[in-house]
Amino acid sequence: MALLEVKDLHARIEDEEILKGVDLSVKSGEIHAIMGPNGSGKSTLASVLAGREEFEVTRGTVSYQGEDLLEMEPDQRALAGIFLAFQYPVELPGVSMNNFLRQAVNEQREHRGEDPIGAADFLKLMREKAALVELDPQLMSRSVNAGFSGGEKKRNEIFQLAMLGPTLAILDETDSGLDIDALRTVADGVNQLRGNDRSFVIITHYQRLLDYIIPDVVHVMVDGRIVRSGDKQLAHELEDKGYDWIREEVAVA
Amino acid sequence: MSNTTQDRNLEKQFVTAFESNVGRTLNGTNTKLRTLRTKAIEQFEKMGFPARKDEAWKYTNIGDVLTHDFQVRALPPFMEIDAVDLEPFAIPGLDAHLVVLVNGRFSQRLSNLGDVPDGVIIESLESAGETHGDLLETYFGRYAHYDEEVFTALNTAFTVDGLFLYVPKGHALEKPVHVVNVQKVDEDLFLQPRNLFVFEENAQAKIVETSVLLGGGRTFTNAVSEVHVGERAVVDYYLLQDQGDEASLVTNTNVYQKGSSVFTAATVTLSGDVIRNNMNVLPDAAHCETHLYGLFLSSGTTHVDNHTHVDHAKPDCESNELYKGVLDDQSTGVFNGKVFVRQDAQRINAFQENKSILLTKEATMNSKPELEIYADDVKCSHGATTGQLDREALFYLRSRGLPANVARGMLLHAFAGDVIEKVRVEPLRRLLDKRVSNRFGW
Repeated sequence: MALLEVKDLHARIEDEEILKGVDLSVKSGEIHAIMGPNGSGKSTLASVLAGREEFEVTRGTVSYQGEDLLEMEPDQRALAGIFLAFQYPVELPGVSMNNFLRQAVNEQREHRGEDPIGAADFLKLMREKAALVELDPQLMSRSVNAGFSGGEKKRNEIFQLAMLGPTLAILDETDSGLDIDALRTVADGVNQLRGNDRSFVIITHYQRLLDYIIPDVVHVMVDGRIVRSGDKQLAHELEDKGYDWIREEVAVA
Repeated sequence: MSNTTQDRNLEKQFVTAFESNVGRTLNGTNTKLRTLRTKAIEQFEKMGFPARKDEAWKYTNIGDVLTHDFQVRALPPFMEIDAVDLEPFAIPGLDAHLVVLVNGRFSQRLSNLGDVPDGVIIESLESAGETHGDLLETYFGRYAHYDEEVFTALNTAFTVDGLFLYVPKGHALEKPVHVVNVQKVDEDLFLQPRNLFVFEENAQAKIVETSVLLGGGRTFTNAVSEVHVGERAVVDYYLLQDQGDEASLVTNTNVYQKGSSVFTAATVTLSGDVIRNNMNVLPDAAHCETHLYGLFLSSGTTHVDNHTHVDHAKPDCESNELYKGVLDDQSTGVFNGKVFVRQDAQRINAFQENKSILLTKEATMNSKPELEIYADDVKCSHGATTGQLDREALFYLRSRGLPANVARGMLLHAFAGDVIEKVRVEPLRRLLDKRVSNRFGW
């Protein structure tokens, strides 16, 4: 059974329909890349999976670990192991990284019936995971994302991913705006977090990230639907021929 | 000007109370002060309580509160209170010169002044009338203008007691002065405490003022404080208002700053019925710094109105204001911040910010920044935002597994924390942080 099974998913924001019948099946341990031009609905799909309230699902189903994901609150989804790395991480002035992460870690532990994490263990965990993405531990005493550089914000997302250890991680254009060194750092971090019991859905506009994180499946999304799926070669083909190639093929079909 | 018969009767009540007690006054033998009081009551009679159409009281219907049957006593009753009754209201860890005012009157027994350094005066305003008549004659009524503001007029007419704090030239008080305003009444009472703070050149002090209503009835407090901040003096003034919803309050704090002085105030309101704070500052020489902060967390039908008035009369000064509010239920709030920059006051930096969060559709906030600038070389800015909690921020926290109520509490605490972190008396800062945390569940 697939970990995530999306069937005929339609969603809109206000009066605009953005997802127009998405089908997607992700098994445990797989890495799926979703590519597509601007406005194709990639980020909307990520938002709907994570439970962003602005979007209204009008048709279709999403099952996650056999449960109806659409019935779950955003925090319940997180506790069930879904993690969204934001395209635009939110600045939270006055909320310290330390307090925020400790609370998040402890919510997970409570959900699993475990005791809250001790101060020393938490510190150790934080240092270890921050090193994965070369995030300055000094940032832990600062407010969440406030005054972070663009690269720091993106690395902070992957750092949080590492801290929370999700079953399904959705990366929403984590590569956009990153220079090549930062991109490598982020990709290395993700690669170290790969495992048989962790799946990734990587949303990206460009193929470059996929040189570093090798996907099992590549999907192309156009106009609210996944129109083609293939292996990593598809990403290269797209890079060479551009999205218009797919658009034309879809139009012909 | 108010004209209704009802209001007139209300005002008559004060005049009658005044007339029946003319002899029993602050330093009753001092002609100057007595004259001041007589003029003040005349002024009060002339002005009358503010009506809704008075611009300065447009959003605060003080008449509604005043028509409640508050008793006016020229001499507020001195109720018996045990020190142990006050213990729950102590600030944990605060080592301070403790001043306890009971219904506005200095309690020698409950106060614990500790070692007061030579030359520093911490005493009853009433007795200071005799022991330090010269200082009172110099400073009393100098900054609180009875002819301009009706509550100040009324307070001046009825001044009986309060705190007189004097810090001489060059002296830095190591411990803060903690003023506890205890109210205990056996009827619904109108109270009018008066404080006079004088900080001479290069003096330093921190004042923490808290209030307690021990029950027995409702109160309406009309408090006036005058603060003289001498040249190069550094003064912090923290006001914590949390007396419960039986207490209404009008405060007038009038601050006068001499050159190169630094004055910081933070007004934190956690409960109350109707509350109006007027914070008036006159930096009257170059290189003054003025920092005014405010925070209120309102619920039920509480109404909190903060008016600030910074009158930049002289050049090269800086003023900085940050007022925040979190409004729950049907509570209402007002912020009105006036900044004047007079023609000769060049190179002024004046910043003002007012931010409010409405937790319900029924809560209302009125925010009105007013800048009047007559100088041409100044940097002034103001901003006012009122809205709900940021949805995207909430979603971010929830997407990390934090339940909605925890996410909300965390964000509200952070919002309020912006003001609380300005408090430079550590035990007070901790206490405020804890109160805010208790309120928001995080």
